[in-house]
Amino acid sequence: MLFEFDDVVVRFGEDVALDHVTAQVPDGGSVTCLLGASGSGKSTLLRLCNRLEVPTSGTVRFRGQPLDDIDPLLLRRTVGMVFQRPTPFPGTVRDNLLVADPDATEDAMHTVLEQVHLPVSFLDREADSLSGGEQQRGSLARTLVTGPEVLLMDEPTSALDPTSTKALEELGRELADSGMPVLWVTHDLDQADRIGDRRIVLVGGRVADEHQAQHYLDSEDGFHHHHGDETHEGHDDPTEHDEGADRGAG
Amino acid sequence: MEQGDVGWWGLAISLLLVAVAIGISMWRRLGLEQSMLVATGRALVQLLAVGYVLAIIIDPDQPIAYAWAWLAFMVPFAAWTVSRRAPEVPGVFGLALASLTASTGITAAVIFGLGIFPVEARAIVPVGGMMVGNAMTSTVLAGRRVVEEFSEKRHDVEARLALGQPWTEASRPGLRSALRSAMTQQIETTKAVGLVFLPGAMTGLILAGVDPVDAVRVQAAIMFLILGAVAINVVVIGTGVTRRLFTDDHRLIRIARTSG
Repeated sequence: MLFEFDDVVVRFGEDVALDHVTAQVPDGGSVTCLLGASGSGKSTLLRLCNRLEVPTSGTVRFRGQPLDDIDPLLLRRTVGMVFQRPTPFPGTVRDNLLVADPDATEDAMHTVLEQVHLPVSFLDREADSLSGGEQQRGSLARTLVTGPEVLLMDEPTSALDPTSTKALEELGRELADSGMPVLWVTHDLDQADRIGDRRIVLVGGRVADEHQAQHYLDSEDGFHHHHGDETHEGHDDPTEHDEGADRGAG
Repeated sequence: MEQGDVGWWGLAISLLLVAVAIGISMWRRLGLEQSMLVATGRALVQLLAVGYVLAIIIDPDQPIAYAWAWLAFMVPFAAWTVSRRAPEVPGVFGLALASLTASTGITAAVIFGLGIFPVEARAIVPVGGMMVGNAMTSTVLAGRRVVEEFSEKRHDVEARLALGQPWTEASRPGLRSALRSAMTQQIETTKAVGLVFLPGAMTGLILAGVDPVDAVRVQAAIMFLILGAVAINVVVIGTGVTRRLFTDDHRLIRIARTSG
């Protein structure tokens, strides 16, 4: 198994973000979607995988090894992450890639730009002058240059227009097809249908059983209803600053 | 009124202006009359008390240890004040105590070790007070700035952490920006001195009849020392607060957002 969550609870103060979650993500080149409404705990589950969060109780294992036993810096270089909102660092795209890997060769930088379908000439462009979609692909390139074996995508298209969304989805698919396991967080059922090989549905911090999952998947209303509450629910989602961004996409 | 000496009569007359302020408050229904009376009363009592204590401490016949003890008392008191003014900063009292001790210790060593001011109680107490007072303000500012910076730029920091950077590296741009902004204020004050305002020490010396150029020399030395003290202070508190915002396993802790 790539990741195993064994009776995992995550609490932030009084809020329970994940409530006794037990789930497995198999290894190999495929896309696993973590699907759920805002505040369902899907981002928290993802952030456990590269130890940006730690469980209050329970165990998370990566390829059989408890995360507590793995050097977090090494783990994060093995398990790369792209965030909800593009996070360009100051300077050019090249500067950005060099922050990720100070020893990156020109060849390596060309390779990752090709992987994310950005022209090599972008290396000298200011990162924050790129469009949202290009910035997000730049963020992906920056993650890839560290040579990760696994990719975590935390609602990476929620701030993007439909064209850029499609481009990023295709990139995710290509990486999975080339053998890289991808965990993709989304609240968008259609997106999960387009790119996911399997899905874990979260409802209120718990993994939904088949019946609940079906109920949620059948009723788009379920998602929209929860979206209406997101200002209250956002507090148990660590990326809550961005919650507004997925309103447009949802 | 010779040599800027305000007599008891002068002090009483200055209360007339407090009466004016109270009159304005009543006229505009600001409801601040009681608050102004309390503030005036407290200021009067506190300053008179300090004045009498200082009179004992800086008496040349008294041992100089009293003056050092006074300075040593001011540092934890200032740290306590910082912790009340910036409660959102994690571990603020301990860090403020450390940074104020460092900045006061180092600047006192320079001031008195190199003979900029004589090692006398009449220099130790006021100069030390100005060091600690200014350092205290900068401590509050720097501590708050660091917390705000990492709260606002959480995305940037986590993106760096997610690339496998240790917290020391991931926090560097944010810490740099917070330190810059906390120090800029003192730099601006140093630039504006003399043009926009005349600082307290110089004003006092001139009122007391000292030649203005002599007063300027004293003031300039104090300003430079304060700049040094602020820099030491900002670095110690900034680094300390940053350390507390990250866990040993390189995670940014959840920062309680404060209003404003």
